[in-house]
Amino acid sequence: MRPDAVAQAVDAALAAYAKEPGPLLEILHAVQGELGCVPPEAVPLIADGLNLSRAEVHGVISFYHHFRERPPGRVVVQVCRAEACQSMNGDALADAVRQKLGVDFGQTRADGAVSLEAVYCLGNCACAPAMMVDGELRGRVDPARLGDLP
Amino acid sequence: MSVAIRIFVPQDASARSVGADAVAAAIPARHSGIPISVVRTGSRGLYWLEPLIEVETPAGRVAYGPIDGGAPEVHELLDAGLLSGAAHPKRLGDITTHAWLESQQRLTSARLGIVDPADIDDYRAQGGYAGLDAALSMAPADIVRVVSESGLRGRGGAAFPTGIKWQTVHDQSAPQKYIACNADEGDSGTFADRMLMEGDPFSLIEGMTIAGLAVGATRGFIYLRVEYPHAARALARALEAARARGHLGRDVRGSGRDFDISVRLGAGAYICGEETSMLESLEGRRGEVRVRPPLPAIKGLFGQPTVVNNVVTLATVPVILARGAAFYREFGMGKSRGTILLQLAGNVKRGGLVERAFGITVNELVYGYGGGSATGRPVRAVQIGGPLGAYLPESQFDTPLDYEALTQRGALLGHGGVVVFDDRVDMARMARYALEFCAIESCGKCTPCRLGSTRGVEIVDRIVKSANGTRAADLALLDELCDTMEKGSLCGLGGMTPFPVRSAMTHFREDFERS
Ligand SMILES: Cc1cc2nc3c(=O)[nH]c(=O)nc-3n(C[C@H](O)[C@H](O)[C@H](O)COP(=O)(O)O)c2cc1C
Ligand code: SF4
Ligand code: FES
Repeated sequence: MRPDAVAQAVDAALAAYAKEPGPLLEILHAVQGELGCVPPEAVPLIADGLNLSRAEVHGVISFYHHFRERPPGRVVVQVCRAEACQSMNGDALADAVRQKLGVDFGQTRADGAVSLEAVYCLGNCACAPAMMVDGELRGRVDPARLGDLP
Repeated sequence: MSVAIRIFVPQDASARSVGADAVAAAIPARHSGIPISVVRTGSRGLYWLEPLIEVETPAGRVAYGPIDGGAPEVHELLDAGLLSGAAHPKRLGDITTHAWLESQQRLTSARLGIVDPADIDDYRAQGGYAGLDAALSMAPADIVRVVSESGLRGRGGAAFPTGIKWQTVHDQSAPQKYIACNADEGDSGTFADRMLMEGDPFSLIEGMTIAGLAVGATRGFIYLRVEYPHAARALARALEAARARGHLGRDVRGSGRDFDISVRLGAGAYICGEETSMLESLEGRRGEVRVRPPLPAIKGLFGQPTVVNNVVTLATVPVILARGAAFYREFGMGKSRGTILLQLAGNVKRGGLVERAFGITVNELVYGYGGGSATGRPVRAVQIGGPLGAYLPESQFDTPLDYEALTQRGALLGHGGVVVFDDRVDMARMARYALEFCAIESCGKCTPCRLGSTRGVEIVDRIVKSANGTRAADLALLDELCDTMEKGSLCGLGGMTPFPVRSAMTHFREDFERS
C-alpha cells in the first residue's frame, strides 16, 4: 500500500475522531473504510496520534474479527454459520458457496476477486439461510441457485 | 392533479434480502395516469410473506405478498388493479386482521411496518413522543418510579429490573452520566433490535431521552453491531431529524436539559454484547470483560454512572410513560410483566416477530404461529435464547415463555429468540458447535472458557467417534467440563455455554451414542 495513502487515511480519521472520547474503534473503522484494511504501517501513525503504544493499537485490531491487516478481495462474501441458518441446511449453502467461489473460509482467492468469510448471525434468521455479498444481504438462499457471485 | 396513491414497501433488511428493493424500484411514478408514491417502512414481521407491500385505499391499507417475482410481478399486480386493492391470488387484504397479527399484543412494536421511519411527523402522528411529553412534566425520581412500577425487566438477556438499575444511576452524584444502549444483538435467532432500529428508530431515541431525563445523563451512545448497516443509516437519519426538531441536543424541548446520542459501531465480536465488554469497546479498547463490582450503574462508561439497556428495553419505555405503569403491568404473568418480543426463526413455516404478553407456550409459538417446520418434517427441538440458551425437546413444548417457568426447566429466555429444528438435526453437532462458538468468541480472560471450550470440542468429537470405547468416560468428562465452565467463568459466555451442551446431552442422548 502506498505510504502517502495510508498517512492520508490516518490523518483524516484522526482529524475526524481524535477529539471524541475513546475514539480508537471509530478511527480503525474510518481507516478500514478508506483502505479496505488497517495495514501494519498505519499502526504507529494511529498510536502516535492518540498517545497510545503500538502494542495497544495492535491489540485492539487483533481482538476484533472485523478489522483486517491485509486488503480483502474486491468482493467480500460472508456466509452465516450460526444456529438458525444451520437449521435451514446452512451447511449445504456453505459448501455450495465454497465450491462456486473456489476458495475456503477465511481466504482470498488467488486472483484477488473475492474473499470468503464465516459470520455468526446477520439478523436474518427468519429468512434463513442467509449470506451477505459486498454488504448486500441475501435471504432464503437456495444452494442450487446462488445467483451472481464473482 | 390527483393525489398520489401511497404504496408501502418495507426497507427492513430481511425484506430487502428477499427482494423488497427490486419491488420498490419496479413501481412506476404513475400507472394508468394515477400518480404513485412509494413509502419505505419497516417490516410488520410476517417474514414468510415478505416482500409484503400495502396499498392505501379509501377502505384502508390492503396487503399483497409475498411479492417475490420482482418487476414482472409488480407490473402484473398493477395491471390487475393493485391501486384499488383489487382481487389477486397474492392479495392478503387488511393485514391487521390476519390471525397471526391480530392475536398479538403489540406495544413496543406497535408502529412497526406502519410508520415511516424517516418521518418524525408521522411518528408523532402515530402516538410517538407522548412518553417524552409525559416525562418532561415529571420529576426525575417520578419517571424512575413509573418504570419500576411497570415491572419492566431488561430484554437483553439478564432480565434485571430496569427501574432498580435506573434508580442506582439516579442516586449517584457524578460530573457526567451516560445512557449506553446495547444494540449488539449477537444471538442467533434474534432480530427485534434490528427491526425496531430500522422500522421505528424514534422509539429508541425517545426511550433513551426519557432515560437521560430520569437519571440525569446528558449523553447517550448506541453500540451497534457492524453487521447492521441498514440500522446504522436509519438511526443516523432519525437522530438528525430529532435534533433538527429540538427533541435532542441542547435544551431538549425547552426543558433546560441537554441530551444527545451518538452511534458507535462494534467490530464483529459477540462478547461485546456483554455489558462490561461493551463498555470497554465503547472506550476504544479490546472487549475484555470487566470484573464486577463495581457495577456499570456506579462506575460504567469512562468510569461514570451508566445505564446499560437493550434496544427493546429502551424502546418500551415510551409506551410505559405514555400509558402508565398500571397499563403495562396488566400484561404478563408472575414476575414477568408486560409483553415480550419473541423472534421465531430457523426451520419454521411462518417465522417472524411475535409480541405477546409473557406466558404463551412454546407449542403455541412453534405450531400456532409458526405452523411447524418449513421443511414439513417433524419438529425435534427448539433453542431458546441464543447460542447460550438451552435446547428443549418436543416433550417440553408446554413450557410457558416467561423467565421463571423457563428457569425451572433449566432453560432461559434471553433476548427472546426461538430457533426451530426439524428431525434431521444432529444434536451432538449442535453441542459441538456451542463449544466451538464459545472458543471463537471467548475474550480470553478466563481459562475454563478460553481453553475449556476447545477441549470440549475435542471431547465431543471423541464421543461421537467412540474410537476406543471411552464414550461413557468421555460423556462424564464433558459433564465435568461443563461444571468447571459454569463455576469458573467470569461471564455468561463461558458460564452459560453449558446450557446448550448439557440440554443436548440430557434430552437427546441418542445423538451422542449413534455409532
Ligand atoms: C456473552 C453475553 C452476550 C450478551 N449479548 C447481549 C446483546 O447482544 N445485547 C444485549 O442487549 N444484551 C446482551 N447481553 C446482556 C448484557 O450483558 C446486559 O445484561 C444487557 O445489555 C442489559 O440491558 P437490559 O437490562 O436492558 O437487558 C449479553 C450477555 C452476555 C453474557
Ligand atoms: S467467560 Fe469467556 S468471555 Fe467471559 S470473561 Fe471469561 S474468558 Fe471472557
Ligand atoms: S443465524 Fe443466520 S442470520 Fe441469524
